[in-house]
Amino acid sequence: MISRFEEVINSDKFIVTTEVAPPKGTNLEKMLHHIDILKDKVDAINVTDHQSSVMRFPSLGGCLAIKEKGGEPIMQMTCRDRNRMALEADLLFAYSRGIRNVLCLTGDAVPVGDHKEAKGVFDLDSLQLLMAIRQLMSGKDLGGNELEGTVEFCMGAIVTPEAQPLEPQLVKFEKKIEAGAQFFQTQAIYDLENFASFMRYARKFNTKILAGIVLLSSARMAKYMTENVPGIFVPQDLIDEMSGTPKEGMLAKGIEIAGRTIAILKKEALCDGVHIMAIGREEVVPDILKAAGL
Amino acid sequence: MKSITKQKPIEEIENSLQGMDKVFVIGCGTCTTLTKTGGVEQVEAMKESLQQIGKRVTGGTVIPTACDDMTEETMKENEQYIRSADCVLSMSCALGVHRMTLYLDKPVIPAVDTLFIGVEESPGYFREVCSQCGQCLLGETAGICPITACHKGLVNGPCGGTNNGKCEVDKEKDCAWTLIYNRLKEQNRLDLMRRYQPPRNHHVTLKPGIMKIE
Ligand code: SF4
Ligand code: SF4
Repeated sequence: MISRFEEVINSDKFIVTTEVAPPKGTNLEKMLHHIDILKDKVDAINVTDHQSSVMRFPSLGGCLAIKEKGGEPIMQMTCRDRNRMALEADLLFAYSRGIRNVLCLTGDAVPVGDHKEAKGVFDLDSLQLLMAIRQLMSGKDLGGNELEGTVEFCMGAIVTPEAQPLEPQLVKFEKKIEAGAQFFQTQAIYDLENFASFMRYARKFNTKILAGIVLLSSARMAKYMTENVPGIFVPQDLIDEMSGTPKEGMLAKGIEIAGRTIAILKKEALCDGVHIMAIGREEVVPDILKAAGL
Repeated sequence: MKSITKQKPIEEIENSLQGMDKVFVIGCGTCTTLTKTGGVEQVEAMKESLQQIGKRVTGGTVIPTACDDMTEETMKENEQYIRSADCVLSMSCALGVHRMTLYLDKPVIPAVDTLFIGVEESPGYFREVCSQCGQCLLGETAGICPITACHKGLVNGPCGGTNNGKCEVDKEKDCAWTLIYNRLKEQNRLDLMRRYQPPRNHHVTLKPGIMKIE
Protein backbone atom coordinates (compact mmCIF):
# COMPACT_ATOMS: atom_id res chain seq x y z
CA MET A 1 0.00 0.00 0.00
CA ILE A 2 1.19 3.46 -0.84
CA SER A 3 -0.27 5.08 2.25
CA ARG A 4 -2.39 4.51 5.33
CA PHE A 5 -5.13 6.40 3.58
CA GLU A 6 -4.94 4.17 0.50
CA GLU A 7 -5.43 1.22 2.79
CA VAL A 8 -8.61 2.83 4.11
CA ILE A 9 -9.99 3.59 0.67
CA ASN A 10 -9.35 0.03 -0.38
CA SER A 11 -11.30 -1.27 2.60
CA ASP A 12 -15.06 -1.21 3.17
CA LYS A 13 -14.80 1.36 5.90
CA PHE A 14 -16.89 4.54 5.70
CA ILE A 15 -14.10 7.05 4.99
CA VAL A 16 -13.85 10.31 6.91
CA THR A 17 -11.53 13.12 5.95
CA THR A 18 -11.45 16.74 6.98
CA GLU A 19 -9.25 19.72 6.31
CA VAL A 20 -7.21 22.38 8.02
CA ALA A 21 -6.30 25.77 6.63
CA PRO A 22 -2.78 27.13 7.05
CA PRO A 23 -2.49 30.64 8.49
CA LYS A 24 -1.66 33.85 6.72
CA GLY A 25 1.73 34.24 8.34
CA THR A 26 3.98 32.08 10.44
CA ASN A 27 1.91 31.72 13.58
CA LEU A 28 0.97 28.07 13.24
CA GLU A 29 -0.60 27.69 16.67
CA LYS A 30 -4.21 27.45 15.56
CA MET A 31 -3.52 25.03 12.69
CA LEU A 32 -1.37 22.83 14.93
CA HIS A 33 -4.12 22.81 17.52
CA HIS A 34 -6.62 21.73 14.88
CA ILE A 35 -4.27 18.98 13.73
CA ASP A 36 -3.91 17.80 17.33
CA ILE A 37 -7.61 17.46 17.93
CA LEU A 38 -8.39 15.95 14.51
CA LYS A 39 -5.55 13.61 13.61
CA ASP A 40 -6.83 10.59 15.53
CA LYS A 41 -10.48 11.14 14.70
CA VAL A 42 -10.35 11.02 10.90
CA ASP A 43 -8.68 8.89 8.23
CA ALA A 44 -6.79 11.79 6.72
CA ILE A 45 -6.55 15.58 6.86
CA ASN A 46 -6.35 17.79 3.78
CA VAL A 47 -4.28 20.93 3.89
CA THR A 48 -5.62 23.61 1.58
CA ASP A 49 -3.39 25.28 -1.01
CA HIS A 50 -3.96 29.05 -0.96
CA GLN A 51 -7.68 28.41 -0.91
CA SER A 52 -9.78 30.94 -2.82
CA SER A 53 -6.49 32.30 -4.19
CA VAL A 54 -5.64 33.87 -0.83
CA MET A 55 -1.90 33.64 -0.14
CA ARG A 56 -1.09 31.60 2.97
CA PHE A 57 1.44 29.29 4.55
CA PRO A 58 1.87 26.43 2.06
CA SER A 59 -0.04 23.17 1.97
CA LEU A 60 3.26 21.31 1.91
CA GLY A 61 4.24 22.91 5.24
CA GLY A 62 0.92 21.99 6.80
CA CYS A 63 1.28 18.41 5.58
CA LEU A 64 4.72 18.12 7.14
CA ALA A 65 3.26 19.31 10.44
CA ILE A 66 0.58 16.60 10.25
CA LYS A 67 3.26 14.01 9.48
CA GLU A 68 5.36 15.13 12.42
CA LYS A 69 2.37 14.68 14.68
CA GLY A 70 1.75 11.17 13.38
CA GLY A 71 -1.33 12.11 11.33
CA GLU A 72 -2.14 11.26 7.72
CA PRO A 73 -2.00 14.28 5.39
CA ILE A 74 -3.57 14.80 1.98
CA MET A 75 -1.65 17.49 0.18
CA GLN A 76 -3.90 19.73 -1.89
CA MET A 77 -2.09 20.86 -4.97
CA THR A 78 -3.44 23.45 -7.35
CA CYS A 79 -2.07 24.38 -10.76
CA ARG A 80 -2.60 28.09 -10.24
CA ASP A 81 0.74 29.13 -8.80
CA ARG A 82 3.39 26.74 -10.07
CA ASN A 83 4.45 25.62 -13.50
CA ARG A 84 5.09 21.95 -14.21
CA MET A 85 8.69 22.10 -13.02
CA ALA A 86 7.77 23.59 -9.65
CA LEU A 87 4.91 21.11 -9.20
CA GLU A 88 7.16 18.16 -9.97
CA ALA A 89 9.85 19.43 -7.61
CA ASP A 90 7.34 19.89 -4.79
CA LEU A 91 6.07 16.37 -5.37
CA LEU A 92 9.62 14.99 -5.11
CA PHE A 93 10.15 16.89 -1.88
CA ALA A 94 6.77 15.87 -0.46
CA TYR A 95 7.51 12.25 -1.20
CA SER A 96 10.95 12.44 0.40
CA ARG A 97 9.28 13.66 3.59
CA GLY A 98 6.68 10.93 3.78
CA ILE A 99 3.69 12.63 2.20
CA ARG A 100 1.83 10.02 0.16
CA ASN A 101 -1.59 11.44 -0.69
CA VAL A 102 -2.20 14.24 -3.18
CA LEU A 103 -5.43 15.93 -4.14
CA CYS A 104 -5.10 17.41 -7.62
CA LEU A 105 -6.99 20.62 -8.29
CA THR A 106 -7.00 23.23 -11.01
CA GLY A 107 -7.22 26.03 -8.46
CA ASP A 108 -9.41 29.09 -8.19
CA ALA A 109 -8.83 32.02 -10.51
CA VAL A 110 -6.34 34.61 -9.29
CA PRO A 111 -8.71 37.61 -9.43
CA VAL A 112 -11.08 36.10 -6.84
CA GLY A 113 -8.29 36.18 -4.24
CA ASP A 114 -6.12 38.70 -2.44
CA HIS A 115 -3.28 39.05 -4.96
CA LYS A 116 -5.44 40.20 -7.82
CA GLU A 117 -2.59 41.30 -10.06
CA ALA A 118 -0.56 38.09 -9.78
CA LYS A 119 -0.02 35.86 -12.79
CA GLY A 120 -2.24 32.80 -12.88
CA VAL A 121 0.03 29.99 -14.07
CA PHE A 122 -2.19 27.03 -15.09
CA ASP A 123 0.68 25.50 -17.03
CA LEU A 124 -1.06 22.20 -16.22
CA ASP A 125 -4.69 21.55 -15.33
CA SER A 126 -5.99 19.13 -12.70
CA LEU A 127 -6.11 16.30 -15.21
CA GLN A 128 -2.62 16.91 -16.52
CA LEU A 129 -1.40 17.03 -12.91
CA LEU A 130 -2.84 13.56 -12.29
CA MET A 131 -1.09 12.35 -15.43
CA ALA A 132 2.13 14.08 -14.37
CA ILE A 133 2.10 12.21 -11.06
CA ARG A 134 1.58 8.97 -12.92
CA GLN A 135 4.54 9.79 -15.10
CA LEU A 136 6.70 10.55 -12.05
CA MET A 137 5.57 7.24 -10.57
CA SER A 138 6.77 5.48 -13.70
CA GLY A 139 10.23 6.88 -13.02
CA LYS A 140 10.26 9.73 -15.51
CA ASP A 141 9.69 13.46 -15.27
CA LEU A 142 7.56 15.46 -17.69
CA GLY A 143 10.61 16.18 -19.80
CA GLY A 144 10.97 12.43 -20.33
CA ASN A 145 14.10 12.21 -18.19
CA GLU A 146 14.88 9.31 -15.83
CA LEU A 147 14.43 10.07 -12.15
CA GLU A 148 17.03 9.05 -9.63
CA GLY A 149 14.63 7.61 -7.10
CA THR A 150 10.96 7.84 -7.86
CA VAL A 151 7.70 8.65 -6.05
CA GLU A 152 4.48 6.90 -5.11
CA PHE A 153 1.27 8.72 -4.38
CA CYS A 154 -2.35 7.92 -3.71
CA MET A 155 -4.11 10.40 -6.00
CA GLY A 156 -7.42 12.14 -5.58
CA ALA A 157 -9.43 14.80 -7.33
CA ILE A 158 -12.64 16.76 -6.89
CA VAL A 159 -16.01 16.84 -8.55
CA THR A 160 -18.95 19.24 -8.21
CA PRO A 161 -22.25 17.32 -8.21
CA GLU A 162 -24.28 20.56 -8.05
CA ALA A 163 -22.53 22.30 -10.94
CA GLN A 164 -24.77 24.02 -13.45
CA PRO A 165 -24.60 22.66 -16.10
CA LEU A 166 -23.45 19.28 -14.78
CA GLU A 167 -22.73 17.36 -17.99
CA PRO A 168 -19.46 19.11 -18.92
CA GLN A 169 -18.21 18.44 -15.36
CA LEU A 170 -18.98 14.77 -15.72
CA VAL A 171 -16.91 14.51 -18.88
CA LYS A 172 -13.97 15.81 -16.88
CA PHE A 173 -14.82 13.57 -13.92
CA GLU A 174 -14.58 10.53 -16.17
CA LYS A 175 -11.30 11.76 -17.61
CA LYS A 176 -9.95 12.10 -14.07
CA ILE A 177 -10.92 8.52 -13.29
CA GLU A 178 -9.19 7.34 -16.44
CA ALA A 179 -6.13 9.32 -15.36
CA GLY A 180 -6.07 7.30 -12.14
CA ALA A 181 -7.93 9.33 -9.51
CA GLN A 182 -8.47 6.80 -6.71
CA PHE A 183 -10.78 9.01 -4.69
CA PHE A 184 -12.93 12.09 -5.11
CA GLN A 185 -13.88 14.68 -2.54
CA THR A 186 -16.95 16.52 -3.74
CA GLN A 187 -17.84 20.18 -3.46
CA ALA A 188 -20.37 20.77 -0.66
CA ILE A 189 -23.60 18.86 -1.06
CA TYR A 190 -26.83 19.56 0.82
CA ASP A 191 -29.54 18.28 -1.49
CA LEU A 192 -29.43 14.56 -0.82
CA GLU A 193 -31.85 13.66 -3.56
CA ASN A 194 -29.68 15.32 -6.15
CA PHE A 195 -26.59 13.75 -4.64
CA ALA A 196 -28.19 10.31 -4.72
CA SER A 197 -28.85 10.72 -8.41
CA PHE A 198 -25.22 11.77 -8.96
CA MET A 199 -24.11 8.70 -7.02
CA ARG A 200 -26.26 6.36 -9.11
CA TYR A 201 -24.16 7.55 -12.04
CA ALA A 202 -20.82 7.67 -10.19
CA ARG A 203 -21.17 4.16 -8.79
CA LYS A 204 -20.46 2.80 -12.25
CA PHE A 205 -16.83 3.76 -11.84
CA ASN A 206 -14.06 2.19 -9.86
CA THR A 207 -13.26 5.08 -7.52
CA LYS A 208 -14.26 6.22 -4.04
CA ILE A 209 -16.55 9.19 -3.55
CA LEU A 210 -16.39 11.27 -0.39
CA ALA A 211 -19.33 13.64 -0.08
CA GLY A 212 -18.32 17.21 0.77
CA ILE A 213 -19.89 18.40 4.02
CA VAL A 214 -19.52 22.13 4.64
CA LEU A 215 -20.61 23.25 8.09
CA LEU A 216 -23.33 25.88 7.99
CA SER A 217 -22.47 28.37 10.71
CA SER A 218 -25.32 30.83 10.13
CA ALA A 219 -28.39 31.38 7.99
CA ARG A 220 -26.60 34.26 6.32
CA MET A 221 -23.72 32.03 5.30
CA ALA A 222 -26.11 29.41 3.92
CA LYS A 223 -27.84 32.05 1.81
CA TYR A 224 -24.60 33.60 0.71
CA MET A 225 -23.18 30.30 -0.43
CA THR A 226 -26.20 29.23 -2.39
CA GLU A 227 -26.34 32.63 -4.11
CA ASN A 228 -22.66 33.23 -4.70
CA VAL A 229 -20.49 30.14 -4.53
CA PRO A 230 -20.35 28.24 -7.82
CA GLY A 231 -21.51 24.66 -7.49
CA ILE A 232 -23.13 25.03 -4.06
CA PHE A 233 -26.86 24.78 -3.60
CA VAL A 234 -28.45 24.93 -0.16
CA PRO A 235 -32.12 23.90 -0.31
CA GLN A 236 -34.62 26.40 1.09
CA ASP A 237 -35.76 24.11 3.91
CA LEU A 238 -32.21 24.05 5.30
CA ILE A 239 -31.95 27.83 5.06
CA ASP A 240 -35.30 28.06 6.87
CA GLU A 241 -34.14 25.63 9.50
CA MET A 242 -31.08 27.80 10.10
CA SER A 243 -32.96 31.11 10.14
CA GLY A 244 -35.56 29.68 12.50
CA THR A 245 -32.80 29.13 15.05
CA PRO A 246 -31.83 31.85 17.55
CA LYS A 247 -28.43 33.37 16.85
CA GLU A 248 -26.62 31.73 19.75
CA GLY A 249 -27.86 28.32 18.65
CA MET A 250 -26.92 28.62 14.97
CA LEU A 251 -23.57 26.90 15.20
CA ALA A 252 -25.06 24.01 17.15
CA LYS A 253 -27.78 23.81 14.50
CA GLY A 254 -25.18 23.70 11.74
CA ILE A 255 -23.36 20.90 13.57
CA GLU A 256 -26.64 19.03 13.93
CA ILE A 257 -27.43 19.39 10.21
CA ALA A 258 -23.94 18.26 9.19
CA GLY A 259 -24.08 15.29 11.57
CA ARG A 260 -27.54 14.34 10.40
CA THR A 261 -26.49 14.51 6.75
CA ILE A 262 -23.47 12.30 7.37
CA ALA A 263 -25.57 9.79 9.31
CA ILE A 264 -28.02 9.49 6.41
CA LEU A 265 -25.24 9.16 3.83
CA LYS A 266 -23.72 6.37 5.88
CA LYS A 267 -26.92 4.59 6.79
CA GLU A 268 -28.23 4.55 3.24
CA ALA A 269 -24.74 3.75 1.91
CA LEU A 270 -25.12 6.59 -0.57
CA CYS A 271 -21.39 7.11 -0.94
CA ASP A 272 -18.05 5.82 0.33
CA GLY A 273 -17.37 8.47 2.92
CA VAL A 274 -17.37 12.16 3.71
CA HIS A 275 -14.99 15.07 3.58
CA ILE A 276 -15.85 17.59 6.31
CA MET A 277 -15.01 21.24 5.75
CA ALA A 278 -15.64 23.39 8.80
CA ILE A 279 -14.13 26.57 7.27
CA GLY A 280 -12.56 28.35 10.22
CA ARG A 281 -14.40 26.27 12.86
CA GLU A 282 -12.23 23.17 12.65
CA GLU A 283 -12.46 22.71 16.42
CA VAL A 284 -16.09 21.60 16.09
CA VAL A 285 -15.34 18.75 13.66
CA PRO A 286 -15.27 16.24 16.55
CA ASP A 287 -18.77 17.47 17.52
CA ILE A 288 -19.96 16.89 13.96
CA LEU A 289 -18.57 13.36 14.06
CA LYS A 290 -20.33 12.78 17.36
CA ALA A 291 -23.60 14.12 15.97
CA ALA A 292 -23.17 11.73 13.05
CA GLY A 293 -22.68 8.83 15.40
CA LEU A 294 -19.14 8.21 14.14
CA MET B 1 -8.87 41.68 -36.62
CA LYS B 2 -8.31 44.73 -34.49
CA SER B 3 -5.76 45.80 -31.98
CA ILE B 4 -7.92 46.79 -29.02
CA THR B 5 -6.70 49.73 -26.97
CA LYS B 6 -7.69 51.93 -24.06
CA GLN B 7 -6.56 55.49 -23.54
CA LYS B 8 -4.19 56.01 -20.64
CA PRO B 9 -5.29 58.46 -17.92
CA ILE B 10 -4.04 61.96 -18.68
CA GLU B 11 -2.09 61.96 -15.38
CA GLU B 12 -0.07 59.01 -16.59
CA ILE B 13 0.54 60.65 -19.96
CA GLU B 14 1.62 63.85 -18.20
CA ASN B 15 4.00 61.81 -16.10
CA SER B 16 5.62 60.19 -19.14
CA LEU B 17 5.99 63.59 -20.79
CA GLN B 18 7.98 65.06 -17.92
CA GLY B 19 10.71 67.32 -19.19
CA MET B 20 9.30 67.29 -22.73
CA ASP B 21 7.35 70.44 -23.49
CA LYS B 22 6.83 70.25 -27.24
CA VAL B 23 4.74 67.34 -28.43
CA PHE B 24 3.65 66.00 -31.83
CA VAL B 25 0.61 63.74 -31.71
CA ILE B 26 0.07 60.76 -34.05
CA GLY B 27 -3.13 58.72 -34.28
CA CYS B 28 -4.03 55.74 -36.44
CA GLY B 29 -6.75 55.49 -39.09
CA THR B 30 -7.36 51.80 -38.51
CA CYS B 31 -7.74 50.12 -35.14
CA THR B 32 -7.63 53.09 -32.77
CA THR B 33 -10.06 54.94 -35.03
CA LEU B 34 -12.48 52.03 -34.77
CA THR B 35 -12.17 51.82 -31.02
CA LYS B 36 -12.31 55.62 -30.73
CA THR B 37 -9.03 55.78 -28.89
CA GLY B 38 -6.82 57.40 -31.53
CA GLY B 39 -8.78 58.63 -34.54
CA VAL B 40 -9.06 62.21 -35.82
CA GLU B 41 -11.43 63.34 -33.07
CA GLN B 42 -9.39 61.81 -30.27
CA VAL B 43 -6.17 63.30 -31.62
CA GLU B 44 -7.80 66.75 -31.62
CA ALA B 45 -9.09 66.24 -28.10
CA MET B 46 -5.65 65.09 -26.98
CA LYS B 47 -4.05 68.21 -28.43
CA GLU B 48 -6.38 70.30 -26.29
CA SER B 49 -5.73 68.27 -23.17
CA LEU B 50 -1.99 68.64 -23.75
CA GLN B 51 -2.33 72.39 -24.03
CA GLN B 52 -4.35 72.44 -20.84
CA ILE B 53 -1.50 70.78 -18.99
CA GLY B 54 0.89 73.36 -20.38
CA LYS B 55 2.40 71.51 -23.34
CA ARG B 56 3.07 73.06 -26.74
CA VAL B 57 1.63 71.00 -29.54
CA THR B 58 3.76 71.31 -32.69
CA GLY B 59 1.18 69.42 -34.74
CA GLY B 60 -0.72 66.22 -35.16
CA THR B 61 -1.73 63.72 -37.80
CA VAL B 62 -3.49 60.40 -38.26
CA ILE B 63 -1.55 57.75 -40.17
CA PRO B 64 -3.79 55.44 -42.26
CA THR B 65 -2.35 52.28 -40.68
CA ALA B 66 0.35 53.08 -38.18
CA CYS B 67 1.81 49.58 -38.05
CA ASP B 68 2.66 49.27 -41.77
CA ASP B 69 5.34 50.71 -44.03
CA MET B 70 3.36 53.82 -44.99
CA THR B 71 4.20 55.17 -41.58
CA GLU B 72 7.63 56.24 -42.75
CA GLU B 73 6.14 58.35 -45.52
CA THR B 74 3.67 60.11 -43.24
CA MET B 75 6.43 60.88 -40.82
CA LYS B 76 8.50 62.39 -43.63
CA GLU B 77 5.59 64.59 -44.69
CA ASN B 78 5.40 65.94 -41.16
CA GLU B 79 9.13 66.07 -40.64
CA GLN B 80 9.45 69.76 -39.79
CA TYR B 81 6.75 69.65 -37.10
CA ILE B 82 8.13 66.45 -35.65
CA ARG B 83 11.63 67.90 -35.71
CA SER B 84 10.58 70.86 -33.59
CA ALA B 85 8.93 68.57 -31.01
CA ASP B 86 10.66 66.94 -28.06
CA CYS B 87 8.74 63.74 -28.56
CA VAL B 88 5.89 62.04 -30.39
CA LEU B 89 2.79 61.05 -28.44
CA SER B 90 1.32 58.00 -30.14
CA MET B 91 -2.38 57.29 -30.16
CA SER B 92 -1.92 54.16 -32.24
CA CYS B 93 -1.58 50.75 -30.63
CA ALA B 94 1.81 49.50 -29.49
CA LEU B 95 2.50 48.03 -32.93
CA GLY B 96 2.32 51.57 -34.32
CA VAL B 97 4.58 52.88 -31.56
CA HIS B 98 7.06 50.24 -32.51
CA ARG B 99 6.89 51.15 -36.18
CA MET B 100 7.37 54.89 -35.48
CA THR B 101 10.36 54.13 -33.28
CA LEU B 102 12.06 52.57 -36.30
CA TYR B 103 12.12 55.93 -38.09
CA LEU B 104 12.60 58.39 -35.25
CA ASP B 105 15.44 59.15 -32.92
CA LYS B 106 13.05 61.00 -30.62
CA PRO B 107 11.08 59.31 -27.86
CA VAL B 108 7.70 57.92 -28.92
CA ILE B 109 5.39 57.88 -25.92
CA PRO B 110 2.25 55.68 -25.97
CA ALA B 111 -0.98 57.45 -25.02
CA VAL B 112 -2.98 54.22 -25.14
CA ASP B 113 -2.62 50.76 -23.62
CA THR B 114 -2.84 47.84 -26.03
CA LEU B 115 -5.15 45.25 -24.49
CA PHE B 116 -5.71 42.42 -26.93
CA ILE B 117 -6.29 41.45 -30.52
CA GLY B 118 -10.04 41.22 -30.97
CA VAL B 119 -12.79 40.89 -33.49
CA GLU B 120 -15.73 43.24 -33.75
CA GLU B 121 -18.61 40.83 -33.27
CA SER B 122 -21.30 43.45 -33.54
CA PRO B 123 -20.84 47.19 -34.00
CA GLY B 124 -18.78 48.50 -31.10
CA TYR B 125 -18.43 45.11 -29.38
CA PHE B 126 -14.90 43.74 -29.51
CA ARG B 127 -13.92 40.35 -28.18
CA GLU B 128 -10.62 38.57 -27.74
CA VAL B 129 -10.93 35.22 -29.48
CA CYS B 130 -7.36 34.00 -30.05
CA SER B 131 -4.13 34.33 -28.10
CA GLN B 132 -1.85 33.19 -30.93
CA CYS B 133 -0.71 30.10 -29.05
CA GLY B 134 0.83 28.41 -32.06
CA GLN B 135 -0.99 25.08 -31.65
CA CYS B 136 -4.53 25.68 -32.76
CA LEU B 137 -7.17 23.55 -31.06
CA LEU B 138 -10.25 25.12 -32.65
CA GLY B 139 -10.90 21.99 -34.71
CA GLU B 140 -11.42 20.02 -31.50
CA THR B 141 -13.29 22.65 -29.53
CA ALA B 142 -16.06 23.54 -31.94
CA GLY B 143 -14.42 26.80 -32.94
CA ILE B 144 -14.27 28.26 -29.42
CA CYS B 145 -10.76 28.86 -28.16
CA PRO B 146 -10.21 27.34 -24.70
CA ILE B 147 -6.88 29.12 -24.34
CA THR B 148 -8.55 32.50 -24.74
CA ALA B 149 -12.23 32.15 -23.88
CA CYS B 150 -11.55 30.17 -20.70
CA HIS B 151 -10.09 32.45 -18.05
CA LYS B 152 -7.60 29.78 -16.97
CA GLY B 153 -6.84 28.55 -20.47
CA LEU B 154 -7.92 25.01 -19.57
CA VAL B 155 -7.83 22.44 -22.36
CA ASN B 156 -9.36 19.37 -20.73
CA GLY B 157 -12.79 20.59 -19.74
CA PRO B 158 -14.30 23.00 -17.21
CA CYS B 159 -13.06 23.85 -13.74
CA GLY B 160 -15.45 23.65 -10.81
CA GLY B 161 -16.12 27.38 -10.95
CA THR B 162 -18.76 27.28 -13.67
CA ASN B 163 -21.81 29.03 -12.32
CA ASN B 164 -24.96 28.63 -14.36
CA GLY B 165 -22.86 28.57 -17.48
CA LYS B 166 -20.93 31.68 -16.47
CA CYS B 167 -17.28 31.96 -15.47
CA GLU B 168 -16.20 32.21 -11.86
CA VAL B 169 -14.27 35.41 -12.53
CA ASP B 170 -17.14 37.37 -14.03
CA LYS B 171 -20.88 36.74 -14.03
CA GLU B 172 -21.08 38.56 -17.37
CA LYS B 173 -18.72 36.14 -19.09
CA ASP B 174 -19.78 32.80 -20.49
CA CYS B 175 -17.89 29.75 -19.28
CA ALA B 176 -15.97 28.70 -22.38
CA TRP B 177 -16.37 25.03 -21.54
CA THR B 178 -20.13 25.27 -21.28
CA LEU B 179 -20.15 26.78 -24.76
CA ILE B 180 -17.74 24.19 -26.12
CA TYR B 181 -19.72 21.34 -24.58
CA ASN B 182 -23.00 22.60 -26.00
CA ARG B 183 -21.62 23.07 -29.47
CA LEU B 184 -19.79 19.76 -29.59
CA LYS B 185 -22.96 18.08 -28.41
CA GLU B 186 -24.96 19.73 -31.18
CA GLN B 187 -22.36 18.53 -33.67
CA ASN B 188 -22.44 15.07 -32.15
CA ARG B 189 -18.72 15.27 -31.49
CA LEU B 190 -18.51 15.03 -27.68
CA ASP B 191 -15.87 12.32 -28.08
CA LEU B 192 -13.45 15.17 -28.82
CA MET B 193 -13.97 16.56 -25.33
CA ARG B 194 -13.39 13.13 -23.80
CA ARG B 195 -9.93 13.01 -25.30
CA TYR B 196 -6.98 13.74 -23.04
CA GLN B 197 -5.18 16.91 -24.05
CA PRO B 198 -1.54 16.78 -22.95
CA PRO B 199 0.25 19.79 -21.44
CA ARG B 200 0.76 22.62 -23.91
CA ASN B 201 4.04 23.55 -25.50
CA HIS B 202 4.63 27.16 -24.51
CA HIS B 203 7.54 27.53 -26.89
CA VAL B 204 6.13 26.54 -30.26
CA THR B 205 7.87 29.63 -31.57
CA LEU B 206 10.65 30.82 -29.34
CA LYS B 207 9.76 34.26 -28.13
CA PRO B 208 10.07 36.72 -29.81
CA GLY B 209 8.32 35.12 -32.76
CA ILE B 210 9.99 35.59 -36.11
CA MET B 211 8.79 34.30 -39.47
CA LYS B 212 10.65 34.63 -42.77
CA ILE B 213 8.76 33.95 -45.99
CA GLU B 214 11.08 32.81 -48.76
S1 SF4 C 1 -6.02 27.44 -29.87
FE1 SF4 C 1 -6.83 29.47 -29.46
S2 SF4 C 1 -5.03 30.74 -29.03
FE2 SF4 C 1 -4.31 28.90 -30.06
S3 SF4 C 1 -4.22 29.50 -32.19
FE3 SF4 C 1 -6.22 28.48 -31.88
S4 SF4 C 1 -7.63 30.17 -31.42
FE4 SF4 C 1 -5.55 30.99 -31.20
S1 SF4 D 1 -15.60 28.83 -15.23
FE1 SF4 D 1 -15.32 28.05 -17.32
S2 SF4 D 1 -14.31 29.74 -18.43
FE2 SF4 D 1 -14.13 30.19 -16.27
S3 SF4 D 1 -12.14 29.38 -15.70
FE3 SF4 D 1 -13.63 27.75 -15.27
S4 SF4 D 1 -13.72 26.51 -17.11
FE4 SF4 D 1 -12.68 28.42 -17.66
